[in-house]
Amino acid sequence: MIDKTKRVPINEQPAEKRAKNFEEVCLGYTDEEAVAESERCLNCKNKPCVSGCPVGIDIPSFIKEIKEKNFNKAYEIISENSSLPAVCGRVCPQETQCEGKCVRGLKGDAISIGKLERFVADKATESGFAPALNVKKNGKKVAVIGSGPSGLSCAGELAKAGYDVTVFEALHEFGGVLTYGIPEFRLPKEKVVLKEIEKLKKYGVVFEKNVLIGKSVTIDELMQNDGFAAVFIGSGAGLPRFMGIEGESAKGVFSANEFLTRNNLMRAFDENSDTPIFKAKEVIVVGGGNVAMDAARTALRLGSDVTVVYRRGEEELPARKEEVCHAKEEGVKFEFLRNPVRILTDENDFVTGVEVIGMTLGEPDQSGRRKPVEIKGSEKIIEADCVIMSLGTSPNPLIAASTKGLETNARKCIVANEACATSRAGVFAGGDAVTGAATVILAMSAGKRAARAIDEYLKNF
Amino acid sequence: MYRIINKRDLSENIFLIDVEAPWVTNKCLPGQFVIVRVDKKGERIPLTICDYSKTNGTVTLVVQIIGATTLKMSKLSVGDCLEDIAGPLGNPSELISNVAAANDKKIVFVAGGVGAAPVFPQVKHLSEKGVRSDVIIGAKTKNLVILESEMKKYAENVYVCTDDGSYGFKGLVTNKISELVNNGKNYDICVAIGPVIMMKFVSELTEKLGITQIVSMNPIMVDGTGMCGACRLTVGEEVKFACVDGPEFDGHKVDFDECLKRLTLYKTDEGRAYLKEKEGLSHHGGCGLCGGEND
Repeated sequence: MIDKTKRVPINEQPAEKRAKNFEEVCLGYTDEEAVAESERCLNCKNKPCVSGCPVGIDIPSFIKEIKEKNFNKAYEIISENSSLPAVCGRVCPQETQCEGKCVRGLKGDAISIGKLERFVADKATESGFAPALNVKKNGKKVAVIGSGPSGLSCAGELAKAGYDVTVFEALHEFGGVLTYGIPEFRLPKEKVVLKEIEKLKKYGVVFEKNVLIGKSVTIDELMQNDGFAAVFIGSGAGLPRFMGIEGESAKGVFSANEFLTRNNLMRAFDENSDTPIFKAKEVIVVGGGNVAMDAARTALRLGSDVTVVYRRGEEELPARKEEVCHAKEEGVKFEFLRNPVRILTDENDFVTGVEVIGMTLGEPDQSGRRKPVEIKGSEKIIEADCVIMSLGTSPNPLIAASTKGLETNARKCIVANEACATSRAGVFAGGDAVTGAATVILAMSAGKRAARAIDEYLKNF
Repeated sequence: MYRIINKRDLSENIFLIDVEAPWVTNKCLPGQFVIVRVDKKGERIPLTICDYSKTNGTVTLVVQIIGATTLKMSKLSVGDCLEDIAGPLGNPSELISNVAAANDKKIVFVAGGVGAAPVFPQVKHLSEKGVRSDVIIGAKTKNLVILESEMKKYAENVYVCTDDGSYGFKGLVTNKISELVNNGKNYDICVAIGPVIMMKFVSELTEKLGITQIVSMNPIMVDGTGMCGACRLTVGEEVKFACVDGPEFDGHKVDFDECLKRLTLYKTDEGRAYLKEKEGLSHHGGCGLCGGEND
């Protein structure tokens, strides 16, 4: 008798093996496993899982199609609401969204909705299946700035609605954070990200690389000279933060963005790549988010001994549980309730260690989380030759600075309402550029909302 | 595509190319730079814009062969394409965006080595606006002096200095500045672009002389759009990103010693990549650069 309270386990590369390569950790379900997992779904009438999905995928319906082995039909159902299922199945924090609401989760394991979504998307990619589209072009042009999750989802929705969409990307590859930020072992580039972009190209979306809006061309010029009737800004939050402590400009201190960009976008891990990456013996990653986990696990794979230093406790880690668990299995060490106070260097200005101070959790702060407080006299030194700062990012001010009348707030985020409308008529914004650093799926959901709002706005043109 | 439509050698290891990059030429101004990738495996390197033609949609880049990427680039011919050019990046020169401020000022440009390339468009642009400036070109030796005749077309005076005295004034650019000032030149603004060590010493000198100092920083970069922080430097008390806050800064406030240290970060790795490119798989140490046979 199969225990229906337990998930069908999924194959992963063994920890000791994957800690030395950049191939994907999770190997995905087989057909049989996916069907078995789908059979655990209770197909609840009021679908609590759907209410937990930022893009509102009809989850029980696509799972029902898996049960009946109609994998293409399942893909069609997901595609109605999501432009990037292969991505979301991999990087969404399902445990706090769809799976967090799953009735099965009340007594046992929630259905592996994310893994099933991934299964369906990969199946479609393998077989080359794409839902038939009946697009009637309306001849109206929309510019999408940034090819990250919000831009791609906005572009996809608009293309399906008949618009001529051009996506402008500042870097030389498309995908935004999916390409430069999230590592290969969590989100394969050729197999997944490129495929999703190819799909959008088939829908008629035009992609322009190496164009930095605000420098190469401004939003005003796009609208006045190039005939774009509306613009969506999905430029993300790419500006890294540093701590402002002694020794931070030393050689061997990097932002997580730099470290990950060198490795993911520039593929420094591949010996055929010309881009250098600092090869360290002992790496300290400062921070506790998903980006910190990505940096730590990347450094580990490059052969370093890695310790994550986080100023709160394990319970407070903002990273997904699965990522923390994977990092631990692979050999990443953690120092909780510690915070760097200065970085030590040798006579040539190379990093030799980090002085950290013990922390305790005090009263809750504005975010509702307990505020870490330093414990006087608890300083100690951790040896390291590399420090990776993963303290969050803020939006790049370039677009706001070059667009007249575009309102931003104190955190440099673009001000936009629920429908993603900004202070400028015809200019919409969403994703991290509006919220500050958040998740892929929230950015996608904003892109989708913006597409609807743009469609509504342009109907009257 | 980013097609090379003209190429010529300026010296043994410095060459000039005109490349099609319409997205760049639509908007670019002197002082800005581009990020270039030679091929699909290539790294992203920042190169300052030397000149541009809006009618042809081309930018002129001057490249010194210093590593694997620039060596690869030197092997391309007219008709070949670069993989990527992104830009224009960074802010235009202060003197360019605010020509009025430059109008009644005596300006001297100091160009060290390949730094003559980013100096040239500023001199040209100012001259076209009616502001004639002096230019000091410094190089190790005669055949490394570049863009002298081009500079002469637009500058009031051009002074060439070589370290070995093989051409022009024998000595450093700082010696030349001192000499000119001692002989009655009354400069208000100095713009120095070249090796960090040169910009450091020029800045120290002009601080003593009470001359406003502008320098253009070209540190290690990855994206060039403010994303990675690799190009951070300390200016006054603040940490700045050369790519979005610069590349020009007040030379009297830049922490040059920190910049010099940071530049050596990948020195060994770059050297290795260069040798691998140049000597292929035959290179197994013994060069004193790569770290030996066990590499």
